[in-house]
Amino acid sequence: MTLPDLTAIELREAIATRRISSAEAVAETFAQIDRLEPTVGAFLSLFRDEAAARAGDVDRRIAAGEPVGALAGVPVAVKDVLCTTFGATTCGSRMLERFHSPYDATAIRRLLNADAVIVGKTNMDEFAMGSSTENSALGRTVNPWAPDRVPGGSSGGSAAAVAARLCPVALGSDTGGSIRQPASFCGVVGLKPTYGRVSRYGLIAYGSSLDQIGPFGRTVADVALLLSVIAGHDPADSTSVDENVAPIADYLDGLDEPVEGLRIGVAPAFNAGAEPSVRAALEAALDVYRSAGAQIVEIDMPHLDYAIAAYYVIATAEASSNLSRYDGVHYGYRTPDPADYVEVYTKSREEAFGQEVKRRIMLGTYALSSGYYDAYYLKALKVRNLIRGDFVRAFEKCDAIVMPVAPTTAFKIGEKVDDPLKMYLGDIYTISANLAGIPGISVPCGLDENSLPIGLQVLTPAFSEAKLLRIARMYEAATDWHTKKPAMVQ
Amino acid sequence: MSDISYEVIVGLEIHVQLCTKTKMFCSCELSFGQEANARVCPVCLGMPGSLPVMNGQAVEYAMLAAMALNCTVAPFTKWDRKSYYYPDLPKNYQISQYDLPIGSHGYIEILLDDGQTKRIRILRAHLEEDAGKNLHTAGNFSQVDLNRAGTPLLEIVTEPDMNSPSQVRALAVELQRIMRYLGVSEGDMQKGHMRFEPNINLAITRPDGQFRTPIVEVKNLNSFRALERSVAYEVQRQLDDFLETGVTLQMGNKSTRGWNDQDEVTVLQREKEEAHDYRYFPDPDLVPVTTTPPWLDEIRSRLCELPLARQTRYVTQYGLSDYDAGVLTAERPTADFFERALAAGGEPKRVCNLLTQVGLKLAKDRGGDLSSLDLEPVAVADLAKMVDAGTVSATAANTILESMVATGKAPAALAQELNLIQTSDAGELEGIVDQVLAENVQAVQDVVTESKKSKKARGFLLGQVIQKTKGQANPKVVSEILERKLK
Ligand SMILES: [Zn+2]
Repeated sequence: MTLPDLTAIELREAIATRRISSAEAVAETFAQIDRLEPTVGAFLSLFRDEAAARAGDVDRRIAAGEPVGALAGVPVAVKDVLCTTFGATTCGSRMLERFHSPYDATAIRRLLNADAVIVGKTNMDEFAMGSSTENSALGRTVNPWAPDRVPGGSSGGSAAAVAARLCPVALGSDTGGSIRQPASFCGVVGLKPTYGRVSRYGLIAYGSSLDQIGPFGRTVADVALLLSVIAGHDPADSTSVDENVAPIADYLDGLDEPVEGLRIGVAPAFNAGAEPSVRAALEAALDVYRSAGAQIVEIDMPHLDYAIAAYYVIATAEASSNLSRYDGVHYGYRTPDPADYVEVYTKSREEAFGQEVKRRIMLGTYALSSGYYDAYYLKALKVRNLIRGDFVRAFEKCDAIVMPVAPTTAFKIGEKVDDPLKMYLGDIYTISANLAGIPGISVPCGLDENSLPIGLQVLTPAFSEAKLLRIARMYEAATDWHTKKPAMVQ
Repeated sequence: MSDISYEVIVGLEIHVQLCTKTKMFCSCELSFGQEANARVCPVCLGMPGSLPVMNGQAVEYAMLAAMALNCTVAPFTKWDRKSYYYPDLPKNYQISQYDLPIGSHGYIEILLDDGQTKRIRILRAHLEEDAGKNLHTAGNFSQVDLNRAGTPLLEIVTEPDMNSPSQVRALAVELQRIMRYLGVSEGDMQKGHMRFEPNINLAITRPDGQFRTPIVEVKNLNSFRALERSVAYEVQRQLDDFLETGVTLQMGNKSTRGWNDQDEVTVLQREKEEAHDYRYFPDPDLVPVTTTPPWLDEIRSRLCELPLARQTRYVTQYGLSDYDAGVLTAERPTADFFERALAAGGEPKRVCNLLTQVGLKLAKDRGGDLSSLDLEPVAVADLAKMVDAGTVSATAANTILESMVATGKAPAALAQELNLIQTSDAGELEGIVDQVLAENVQAVQDVVTESKKSKKARGFLLGQVIQKTKGQANPKVVSEILERKLK
């Protein structure tokens, strides 16, 4: 096994016991990046010198017997939606191409406090709006399993980086599936924590009531490790949850213990919309759980059909407001030659935002406009409540709900760019977890006829990440899908 | 023109800057007179990724103010985003309160010129963050100072219940007094702590019917005087305008005018009220606020007697004049000082005179209030008692008070030191009276014969005695002795 194949847990163990140095690990990471990044295009920026310096510092402290953090010396990639004081924070947009944040996001601070080595910032759909990373204005990321296919999105760069062994773990953000769907497309593990579990401070907002930062890894354990580092209350984020209400844990603790008397909920009617290969993989996964002693129960989720409609009203409404500060006056690109003061606003926004971002700003602005607010925004909030209710009722009957992550596997680059509605419909299975605020995970559960990865989604009640991870681990322990590698790293 | 009558109708929109330690949604200290953009952070700059965190002190100040304004305090309130693009607004939305203001449906009592009080209804009072300031000082560009951005603002909206310029002024003065009493705002209009925007129009009655003039909102008012005069100016301008053009109130013809302090006129700023769609919606970055009964009780316990109630009580309970009661209650430290002196045994009128004639002037000279002087209320009470006991004269007491402030010494010691103790010893004074009577036979004659000069002569003799004692004789005692001897 070569170094890029090591998991974060294996790597930190090797570094802590000085079998290898963090400096070597980081050098090897960049060697792998040099080999594959020209094809994959996962990164928008790389921090070679800073990473080497941090790795050297970790090695020195380990050699001196000083205490080090939970990710000491481990290379990590972060989605370029998280503010960092080093490098630019672009959100994949022309608008913020030259934006340098004066502060670090809380999640970034926690990574650094855990002595992680941040190697670079990854590509994404502009302002996290998209499901293929094709909406990035600053780079093109391909799926490491099939370079003519998308990696998924919006956290496509992070998912591709982990899949291509450019780094063992990465952070992404998930507003409607932006961690789970690319994890599924790229054959890695991706976790969207409960809303409020991880501080959003320094996460450039798309849909504030839905956004959540989460980890990517190649194993459930690595994802658990990263979550342990980034989770917890942050006084700078009023929506981050009080740990007295929802205690955080070391999510590696007891991870391998199966959940006794596990009841898995399935909504067959809802899942019928997925492609045959995806449905077959789901059925096989249910058999795995059955064999592990779980009981499969049928649940009814009558309102999930309205999730996409509700989501695209709520998320775009919030986005239209969140993105109004990018106007060439306060933040972002400024048009070079405005005729007057109003043109500074209009032309800057016209020239620097991409099509999809403009589309969503228009949608959201419309939904909040006087006379339409009740019919769209307010109604969407009501649907959101109904969907929450569906989950509450379902979780009375089961411990976890299992469903596909996406109706399809990775599609071809360019296949859906001209049909936004088709693109939106692909979010059908991921969106409700964001609307309900519950945690969800995607774990590799098969390969389709084109040898493209399929993801299994597991959802549990709010703040039950420990249980969610154990349930996901039960599946992972019984299968070997997570060990499959794309051809480019064979 | 005698067949025309009109009523003035004014409502006020007031922005009160709360004097919290930090801004509304971040930990920056409030800024007054700092270098531009010195008191800012990622949050009040609206930096990408930054998040607001509610300042509990601002909410409590707003609750306290709402209670003092007799408002219903919302059991549940939330934060809403109000969207508009403007350079001084970093996020291009303002965090405000839309449909659930922290206070609603209250009233404020104001004192009218004739001594009566009037109740002005308050529609709502809500919290929001202030914007920055655009500066147009440089040549071909403008600059923005965001020190003020994020300062907690309480926006108070009254019903159109004021019917004269003086009522508008009375409300403004009363509101300032209340905010200062509660300690929730410094209330300095010049510094923009309180910004008043009157909405003015007229209800005109003529033989051919009743008419309402278009509503005018006036801005740029930074003194009570400007506020009052702008309303007076608008009343006349609207009347003239109506008589000339006949234009009446319609949908969308509300306009905004700015007050020009130099020329004392209002100048048109915005012709028509633009149909603004602020696209309010609940801010997803903030959690709603539930004002629980124990919390409300705790805040209510911080309420004090309000200035107007205090002023009225000073007249009825202590027999002070309206004027003196107004002076003593204008600022809370003065009223508090006054009451502490009374609690220490000072006679109200005596203490009032000492404070209004000397104390307040000394405080003002030193640029502070009574509490900033090196002066204890109990010492002022002692001094008042000395006057009542005849130990010192009222005039001497004023001199002593000045010295007390200057030296910090006790009144009794200063009276000695300055030789201001009155002689009330009848025996000692009797000798001096005899001497004066012997020296002024003509005057004595005038008194005894009860001639036309009798009164004047009596005063003359008294003056002579006082003069001989170098002003230390108690005039009351001397008068009694004179009276007896001249019978
Ligand atoms: Zn600040």
